[in-house]
Amino acid sequence: MSVHDFPIRQAALPVLSNNKVNEEYRQLILRAPSELMARCRPGQFFHLLCPTTSESAPFLRRPMSIYAALADREELHFLYKVTGLGTGTLARLQTGDVMDVLGPLGNGFTLADDWRNLLLVARGVGLATLAPLAHAAKDSGRRLTAICSARHADVLMSVQMFEGLGADVITVTDQDGTSTPDALRPVIDNLVAQGRVDAMFTCGSNRLLKLCQQVSADHGIPGEVALEQQMACGIGMCQCCVRSFRKPGGIVQLRVCAEGPVFDMAEAMGA
Amino acid sequence: MADLTTKLGSLTLQSPIMPASGTFTDELAQVFDLGLIGAHVTKTITAETRGGNPTPRVCEVAGGMLNSIGIPSKGVDYFVDHVIPIYRQWDAPLVVSISAGTADDFARLCARVSQPGVAAIEVNISCPNIEEDGKAFAMRPETTIRAMEALRAASDLPLWAKLSPNTGQTVEVAQAAEAAGADALVVANTLLAMAIDVDSRKPRLGNLMGGLSGPSLKPITLRMAYQAARSVSIPVIGCGGISTLQDVLEYLIAGAAAVQVGTASFREPAIMPRLIEELAAWMDAQGIASLPELIGSVRDDEASDAMIYAEAAP
Repeated sequence: MSVHDFPIRQAALPVLSNNKVNEEYRQLILRAPSELMARCRPGQFFHLLCPTTSESAPFLRRPMSIYAALADREELHFLYKVTGLGTGTLARLQTGDVMDVLGPLGNGFTLADDWRNLLLVARGVGLATLAPLAHAAKDSGRRLTAICSARHADVLMSVQMFEGLGADVITVTDQDGTSTPDALRPVIDNLVAQGRVDAMFTCGSNRLLKLCQQVSADHGIPGEVALEQQMACGIGMCQCCVRSFRKPGGIVQLRVCAEGPVFDMAEAMGA
Repeated sequence: MADLTTKLGSLTLQSPIMPASGTFTDELAQVFDLGLIGAHVTKTITAETRGGNPTPRVCEVAGGMLNSIGIPSKGVDYFVDHVIPIYRQWDAPLVVSISAGTADDFARLCARVSQPGVAAIEVNISCPNIEEDGKAFAMRPETTIRAMEALRAASDLPLWAKLSPNTGQTVEVAQAAEAAGADALVVANTLLAMAIDVDSRKPRLGNLMGGLSGPSLKPITLRMAYQAARSVSIPVIGCGGISTLQDVLEYLIAGAAAVQVGTASFREPAIMPRLIEELAAWMDAQGIASLPELIGSVRDDEASDAMIYAEAAP
């Protein structure tokens, strides 16, 4: 058996670029085999072995959502915010360095045939997780509306990418007071009234998750959420990344890496 | 090519490298052929359903990690019906790890998992004994003997006793496990440890304390494996911080007949087949035909003064 017969692969991929996209976020682009990229599904993630330096040596891998997996261009994109030890060492990667990745991991988003009109509700780096859905929507001829939320306009990301893929984009910010659940609810209700929401997808904010759950319950619209949790192994062995979910028989603990990171919106509970 | 088979009592493994309990499931078959490794060791199960500890359950420290996963378990019935059958597809021996809070409960669980398809039972006596103030069975020889005698009476399968580094009586506990009928010793489990976030001043594990594993643990568990191997006549399986060929060789030379790889699989899921290849290549290059030439070959004969000191060490 060759390594290609296994669905999860550990690979050393060359860094093509690792540039700032705004004050807070960076985009890392790796050169990746097209057959590996062709197997990636929206919502899946890779587990990154952050580089070790003399000052810092992150021991565990870091899970990171796929921002784009482009088989034709042999590229794997990640969007990340420098928040700690692991992402701090990621930020220092330069063109020509090699990045050790493990993946693709986890279960991606569902795209049921009758979900013709999709609504994405994303905040912060949650945009990165939902972005591949825009590619999938375009490829399958679905209409996509993206609500992009951020603290202020300077850190709104991916708006052009979404628009370039034919999505309708609604931007909201804390700065303008447009990002609160109270402000967003009528915006989403209006989209529902226009028949533009067959399914909802969210990532990146507990507040937005709650809002989407209410909309989902009130209008009977299905939805999915991509969740984050600290991970050790990333493939289901260690039981580190569990979260609580509402199931018909009661609350259960599920592994974000193996049963997720995408879950039925109605079952997800806040962090 | 070098012969990598190793004997653990009545069991013969095709290679001395197997996973450590808690760091392995059949999900690893998504990364490499699980038929390549010496044995399959399951995560510890309990008789009852358990939820495990609050998150965060893991935090990284220099040279390793702490965990307080807390043995979440779907219970023994689920395990027997749904997990054991999965492993029938591989020839590698299946080793089932079990835990319980009392000697009697331990024995009942041991009998229940003594099923066709199970090659050996690893008894996690490093877990808290609820009859003894929550202190682990393997902290003291007396509690080790009581648990192991009950376990021995409950099953004819080989019993591997997994010892704890949280003891001042490594040799006495190892000998107690042997005397009470253990077929092999796994040395060792994680070391009780702690980490604190200085900004929030909160412990970095939801359970406040947890077990240290990874490369920083290795010198301690290597020392224990050495002490155990020279004080018992049953096989010792080294466990603790193994992530390189050098680590594997150290344990084998110290006297371990096999080793378990744990935390390293979280960083490199295919590390076990890589270490097996590297061990074979190293033995070929050294002209070592088989493992018995290596196991216990440590040259400690000229260190008699140091040995007295080692006896006094925990």
